[in-house]
Amino acid sequence: MAILPPGVSAANFAKALKEFEAAVGKEWVITDPDEIHPYRDYFSILKDQDDELVPSAAVCPDSVEQVQAVVRAANKYKVPLYAISTGKNFAYGGPAPNLRGSVTVDLKRMNRVLEVDEKRNTALVEPGVSYMDMYRHIQERGLKVMIDTADVGWGGLMGNALDRGIGYTLGPYRDHSNACTGMEVVLPNGELMRTGMGAMPGSTSWQDYKYGFGPDPSGLFAQGNYGIVVKMGFRLMPMPEHWRTGLITVPRRRDFIALVDMVNYLTDLFVIGEPIYSSPLNGLLGDAAFRRAALDFNEAEMDRIAAANGRHSWQVELQFYGSERTTLANWEWATELILRTVPDAHCFAGDSLRMPVTTAQIEAAERPYPAPYSSVMRRNVMHGVPKLYMWRSPGRTDDSPETWNETHIGLFSVVGRSGEAVLKAQKDFQDIVKRTRPGAEFVASLTTPLQWNPNTFFLGNSFFGTATRNDNSPEGKIRQLKELREVLKLNAEAGYGDYRAPPLLQDDVADQYSFNNHALRRFNETVKDAIDPNGILSPGRGGIWPKAHRSRRGAVRK
Amino acid sequence: MKTAILFKKLLGAMFAVALLAGAQAAAAQDAATVASGKVLFTRLCAACHGADRSDQGRAMLPGTDALRIKYKGQLPALLEQRTDLTPDVIRTFVRRGTWSMPPFRKTEISDAGIDAVSAYIADAARTKR
Repeated sequence: MAILPPGVSAANFAKALKEFEAAVGKEWVITDPDEIHPYRDYFSILKDQDDELVPSAAVCPDSVEQVQAVVRAANKYKVPLYAISTGKNFAYGGPAPNLRGSVTVDLKRMNRVLEVDEKRNTALVEPGVSYMDMYRHIQERGLKVMIDTADVGWGGLMGNALDRGIGYTLGPYRDHSNACTGMEVVLPNGELMRTGMGAMPGSTSWQDYKYGFGPDPSGLFAQGNYGIVVKMGFRLMPMPEHWRTGLITVPRRRDFIALVDMVNYLTDLFVIGEPIYSSPLNGLLGDAAFRRAALDFNEAEMDRIAAANGRHSWQVELQFYGSERTTLANWEWATELILRTVPDAHCFAGDSLRMPVTTAQIEAAERPYPAPYSSVMRRNVMHGVPKLYMWRSPGRTDDSPETWNETHIGLFSVVGRSGEAVLKAQKDFQDIVKRTRPGAEFVASLTTPLQWNPNTFFLGNSFFGTATRNDNSPEGKIRQLKELREVLKLNAEAGYGDYRAPPLLQDDVADQYSFNNHALRRFNETVKDAIDPNGILSPGRGGIWPKAHRSRRGAVRK
Repeated sequence: MKTAILFKKLLGAMFAVALLAGAQAAAAQDAATVASGKVLFTRLCAACHGADRSDQGRAMLPGTDALRIKYKGQLPALLEQRTDLTPDVIRTFVRRGTWSMPPFRKTEISDAGIDAVSAYIADAARTKR
């Protein structure tokens, strides 16, 4: 046994393991260091260091009753647990716990699709169901619903929703946490609770009405540690008949404001799926004069060079789900809207495909727009087809044949959903890079927002974010950790909070949300102490530390 | 005497039949292992290491492409064409991870499952060459 859970004696840990074995079977209690290895964060900044966030053991229940038995035994010996579902979530910590020495509760064996209702457009699943499992289930039965998948399809519906993951289709579906229609939870004392209509014995509408009556606590279980969710319902999108895209470009830098206003209008009328913004001017960054202007936020000069090169400053690719005629009408409406405010905008009709699309259509190289404009839309996720295409990002590529991204980390800040807010954030982000790494050159003026969540913008600081290949030496990794912590502080000073983080940075992100002397955190921890007095469930997750472990806040690699 | 010879011949025939039946049973078991390995490969490996094209016109999936870059034609980029991958090698990669491929837990694929995948890869490489 390599390490012990904090505060637990070897004798008590041995007794706890015996009780875990009695609950799930000896085969499914894992203590061998070789078998523990896959429970580490494969991309951890602290990999192989003494304070790496590794579990002491893993226990793998196959039923709700087994989960309850594990939780009760953990309470008896005050063993901290950390629950995972499919255990992926790479870039956000993978399967690793917030507290070194926790026992991982691996729910992957609970991988049953309990129900898919293609009339009500809902599903009920267990924690171990991956997007790929769900897609296969739907395809094998010929059901006329589609899922909204994460980019990397080996992840799970439940785990992704519980970490506020996102997707790409219509708004109500791509906010995965909000698409939850109710859940069943093992509480810290081992008791079983259902939310919404599921709380009513005999209800036939559990997945229809998520609220039931009274406060709906289901939101507490996302990015929190108040229970182990063992069933979760989801709203599914009915398979539309048709999918259509179109590209709108606007010439000047300041036209971005009108572009965002138009897209927000259509988003909030539920007319479009995720819009994909980008800047055609990225192709001019090799031009020294343009690069200088972009670094200096010299808008007049940027506009002048863009015009001289026959390029518009911004583009957004829109997607419409519906029938052939309604999608056409909505595309035409979008073009009318933008031309009212930006008369010299360009509108290019894009794909027009009958749904469901074929594999060949997903893989197709041909995209419909004239140079210098191009589509950066990934068709598989727009159609709810889970793949691993994006796993190219951290790996070996032609551009980087001898290195890989060993500290693959996602870092995305919540930015106001307006053109003005984005243009300001670009300057703020560039300033943050300058302050964090003096002398570094970072062009932020072409960074465009991600509208993964329909109601807000996420802006990635790509200098520090997930695509960066860093110095992979142990010292380089620690330097990266310090920089990231500094970035999170500076983000908060500038008014930007981050939406998600690996365990190593969750205390730093929670620190950003400090209004009224951390009233939110104090509330969360009051709730935590009331329902989990032994502090056994995922201590530290979401920056919520139970009384028993509160002194450990921010303690890892200060 | 004749009876003894006949009896010996009969015994020999019975032994041969038993051997054949045993071989057939083993072959059937091997076929079943390969078939189950193919299912697992399809579900767990092929999204990265399969022969499909990737998105937006890219010719290869990420794992296949990474091995193309690594081996520069010295070895096949497709796992299903590799004849040099022993079950131990495959188990090490699956359980330990390599480069950007993370390790897989035994709740995702059992040791027997890894062996079945190995059997499938060996069979595919033999029959597809």
